[in-house]
Amino acid sequence: MAVISEFFGHARLRPRKRLLGRLGTGATALVLPVAILTLWWVASDRGWLPQQILPAPAYVYEMARDMIASGEILYHTGVSLRRVIIGFAIGAALGLSLGIAMGLSEVVEDYAKPLFLAFAQIPTLGWIPLLMLLVGIDETLKIIIIAKGAFVPMAMNTFTGIRNVSPRYIEVGHALRFSRWQQLRLIILPAAIPSIFTGIRYGLTHSWTSLVGVELLASSEGLGYLLVWGRQMFWLDTVIIAMIAIGIVGFVMDKGLNSTEHLIQRWKKGEA
Amino acid sequence: MAAATSQAVRFRRGITLPIFLLIAWEVSSRSGLADPRFLPSLENVALTAKRELIDNNLFGDLAYSLMRNLAGFLIGSALGVGFATLLALSRIADRLVMPTFNAVKQISLLAWIPLISVWFGFGEQAKIVFVALAAFIPIVLNTYDGMRAAPADLLEVGRALKFRPHQRALRIYIPSAMPAIATGVHLGLIYSWLATVGAEYFLAVGPGIGGLVIAGRERFDMAMVMVGVFILGLVGFSLNRLAYSLEAYLLRWRPRQVR
Repeated sequence: MAVISEFFGHARLRPRKRLLGRLGTGATALVLPVAILTLWWVASDRGWLPQQILPAPAYVYEMARDMIASGEILYHTGVSLRRVIIGFAIGAALGLSLGIAMGLSEVVEDYAKPLFLAFAQIPTLGWIPLLMLLVGIDETLKIIIIAKGAFVPMAMNTFTGIRNVSPRYIEVGHALRFSRWQQLRLIILPAAIPSIFTGIRYGLTHSWTSLVGVELLASSEGLGYLLVWGRQMFWLDTVIIAMIAIGIVGFVMDKGLNSTEHLIQRWKKGEA
Repeated sequence: MAAATSQAVRFRRGITLPIFLLIAWEVSSRSGLADPRFLPSLENVALTAKRELIDNNLFGDLAYSLMRNLAGFLIGSALGVGFATLLALSRIADRLVMPTFNAVKQISLLAWIPLISVWFGFGEQAKIVFVALAAFIPIVLNTYDGMRAAPADLLEVGRALKFRPHQRALRIYIPSAMPAIATGVHLGLIYSWLATVGAEYFLAVGPGIGGLVIAGRERFDMAMVMVGVFILGLVGFSLNRLAYSLEAYLLRWRPRQVR
């Protein structure tokens, strides 16, 4: 928000008349999508590209309506969301515990961190074929992969968050003769919350990306599967709809986290 | 507190778990506690690594993967910096394009693969396009943010000196966004490696490390998969290191920041 106001404030300094000055931000934002849509419509109408490469927008729209009406898109989205929620919950809980343990105890850090860093080096996509051999291509595989996606950023950010708690706060705790538990609950965790939230945000993004990856490679339902299936049948309309659905879910999760974060920060301010 | 624990002790602690795991691995695989098909012995993995390295030209595969990665990364980052500079220079372009860009970036990266494979096939071209896209997005975002944060007084000096757009870009925006660009390049380097692996998994034509892993899985050759995954991690790690030194090099003119 600050960026926008800064930029408008700045714009007022310039006396030059701007072409889009009178159009609202919303209307300006729509210019490009409308232009792309028009180009797309003209291209498919004139047959510049074959249907298999670029289906007509009307087709895609109709297909989207059908898929929404039949509940197909909702079903696949639900399947994907369920996997992400379970996997993310497991991965985030484990990551949070490891992060707290490593953050609080240097001994735990010394023992666990090198192995953890080595583990984190291997991209989530790398684990998929390995785990496919170990656990097959069932639900377990998807949950593990998604959990791994959330685990690494969660542990990392929790750890740095706790380590960066200002020593002054901790001193206050000592002065007040807080017990270890009080120290953790009243000082360390609240101070580490912004960093933990960064972990949650990255974790959720990674989980969602991992989900798409694992569903592309091995799945018989879910949005990723919809992509592969549409691709194999050369139904590009299905592919495009699945992509849009993936984008919308990603967007909603991002917004949801944003407002949760604001809520928590406000609560913190109210308390202080 | 930290100084009390010596480097040697920390090192000993650090290698304890990995060594313990390796021993557990070897013992359970030798004694038949775990099915050797799922957990091949270390010797077997080493032999496979040797076989792939020497007989099956693993370095060739690796070179292919890295070439793809580099080509895509260079294209993506050049386009990304150019695109972001354009948006920073022109408010109209910014307001026209940025909302759409922000919407499109929500689509998870891997979800582009099917569409790219329809448009560009399964060959080298499709892979490079995908890797370039992976590098493009973080570089645009970071460069754009960096340029938006260009100091207002510098911009005013630019106006007073009647800078032309290219001068504004080269003398104000790009230098002041350098730290942000470096972050973007760093992320782009990591993402493009992920994308290289992804592209080789899903567009599995031609040589490459990702193809090796997939082939290992299809042949149920756990040792081969492990070697491949290990190399994936190793390359990712080296790229990360490279990015750090690149960042340090790009920002060498800047006084050390005290954080």
